Order: sequence, then C-alpha cells, then structure tokens
Amino acid sequence: MKRTFADLHLRLDLKDVVGAERVISKAAKLGYDLIGVPFSPEAKDNEEITLQSICRKVGIGLVSRVDLRPRNRAQLMNQLRRLRRRFEVVCVLCENKEVARQAAKDRRVDLLNFPALDYKRRFFDRAEAELASKSFAALEVDVKPLFVLEGAARVRLLSCLRREVLTAKEFHVPVVVSSGVSGGLLLRKPLELAAFAGVFGLGEVSGLDAVSANSLKIVERNRGKLSEGFVAPGIRVVKEGGDC
Amino acid sequence: MKRAKRRYLLLQVESEASPSERELLDAIWAAVTKLYGEVGASQAGLSLINYDEEKKTGVIRVWLSAMQQVRASTASITSLLGKEAAVHVMSISGTLKSLREKA
Repeated sequence: MKRTFADLHLRLDLKDVVGAERVISKAAKLGYDLIGVPFSPEAKDNEEITLQSICRKVGIGLVSRVDLRPRNRAQLMNQLRRLRRRFEVVCVLCENKEVARQAAKDRRVDLLNFPALDYKRRFFDRAEAELASKSFAALEVDVKPLFVLEGAARVRLLSCLRREVLTAKEFHVPVVVSSGVSGGLLLRKPLELAAFAGVFGLGEVSGLDAVSANSLKIVERNRGKLSEGFVAPGIRVVKEGGDC
Repeated sequence: MKRAKRRYLLLQVESEASPSERELLDAIWAAVTKLYGEVGASQAGLSLINYDEEKKTGVIRVWLSAMQQVRASTASITSLLGKEAAVHVMSISGTLKSLREKA
C-alpha cells in the first residue's frame, strides 16, 4: 500500500503568497500529500483561507498548526486553553525544563520541539520521554539545522538527536521528522528525509514512519477530536434525534 | 562467493549553478565523506555512470548495502559551486536498462 507522506513543519512567509505557492507546489511535486504550516493565532483564519485555496489548487492537504513558545508552565496552560480547539496540531518549543515537563504530560500537546542550537536546553531525557509516552506527544526533529550546520555544531546536534531518538524508542514515543524549511531548495523528498533520518538512528522503517504514519496518526486523531460528533476518546455521536 | 548487489540511482540536480560531471561527483563524494567518514565512503562503491549537463540529470552506481547512506548524503547537499542546490533521487533500479525505462 502506498504511504501518505506529510511534512508537518513548513515555515512559510504567509505575507508572500506567491512565494508560499511556489513552496507548496514544490512540496506537492516532491511527493508530499499533507503539509503542516504554523499560523499566528491572531491572523489564522485569513491566512488559512488563502493557503487552503492554494493547497486545493495544487492538490495537497493542509494542516493548521500552532507553535507555542511559553516562558513558564502557567503561560503554556493558558495558551493551550485558548488555542487547542483552533488548530489541528499543537507544537511546543520547549525552552526550559518547566515548560518541557508540562508539555510532555499534557495530552493537548502533539509535538515537542527543542532548540537546535542550544544543546543545554534539549530536555528530552528519560523522564521527559516517559511523560510523553503517557500523553501521546511526539518528538519532532527538524532537519533544516542538520542541512545548514557544519563541522562541530552538526556533530553535536547529531549526537544529541541520536541520544534522544534512542530514548524515544525505549519509551515508544513516536518521532516525527519535519523539514522546518522556508525555501523550496531546502525541501527534500519524503524518502530522502527518511534515509537522512538514518544518521540520527532511525532505521529504514522507523524513518518512513517518521515522515508518514506518525504524523498522520496525530492529524487524524486531532481531526477526529475537532469534528462535531466527538464526545470523548472512543465515543462519538453517530446519529441524533428521537428515533435513534 | 556471492556477488554484491548494486543499485543505479537517477539524480536530478536542482540549482542555478551548472556543475560539470567532475564537480557533481566531487560534491557527492564530499557529502558522503562528511556524513559517514572516509571508511563509510569507501564502502559505498560510488561511481558516476553518466551525467547530462543540459538536463542536469545523472546516474550513479552504489552498493545496495550503502544505498540509504548515499541517499542521505545526496539529500544533505545544499550548495554546488557556491550556489544553493538540491540533488534529488528520481528513481532507483537494479539495472541501467530498467532505470532508463523508468525515466
């Protein structure tokens, strides 16, 4: 069966519609079926309508995503309360341990992302992985820094990522590999990303899952939750009325 | 002794630069060496079969056992001759004949 490929992190400049269209067309041409674009909460509706029409024209699915960068636990809770039901994917950029731990244990968080260049602030350790595995959060790895960095910086990042992927595997935390790019020339085919994921310890099948199954699972789960008939996990309204 | 299997990869260069056959091969070698070191590169069995400078497409041959590594390495190429670039694997095949049929 053909896999459905998704890149959940395309950083598009939403003010430049022509540029955004070019990148989206490129993603479709490279074989992606679904792209995730981070929107700002304030302008989400207008931007989403514009992108939806581009995506429909190109023949690719759009996932609305929000990147939260809270400074503390309270701020994270507040943002989740306000934004969770407006976006299909919620990613938390964990810049301190307090936020990382809360994000890992909160079921409203889908993706955990860590600073690529600040190795001391990558908090994905065993405790974090254990919390994430219970709340179905996934570890997101952006490959852009790995393409851009060189020498010792890339070696250090690879070493961190390899350790994190190993921990994620141990605790059955799904890993999602995204491009994290804004320009078309840094976009790679999903199979190339899956192969590249091998450099930080994802095997052939896990690499493919990281660019397809793991992302799709998150999107499908959240679309189900955001649909009208959703009551609770496993319970949904099938039919309403007196004769049901 | 069992013969080691090879794979042929059809590559597409996407860049404003127009690299020559030698420059493309050097870039691929450099990428493999950077990611996997000299030992890893020596195990790839990498060679360029042909390269069309006009279409910017080329065919390389690698050992099957090193195919994923070479694929990862070509994905990591971000510049050619000082200009932004991407090298995509368009198709993979066990024989040159079937690769040409696929292309």
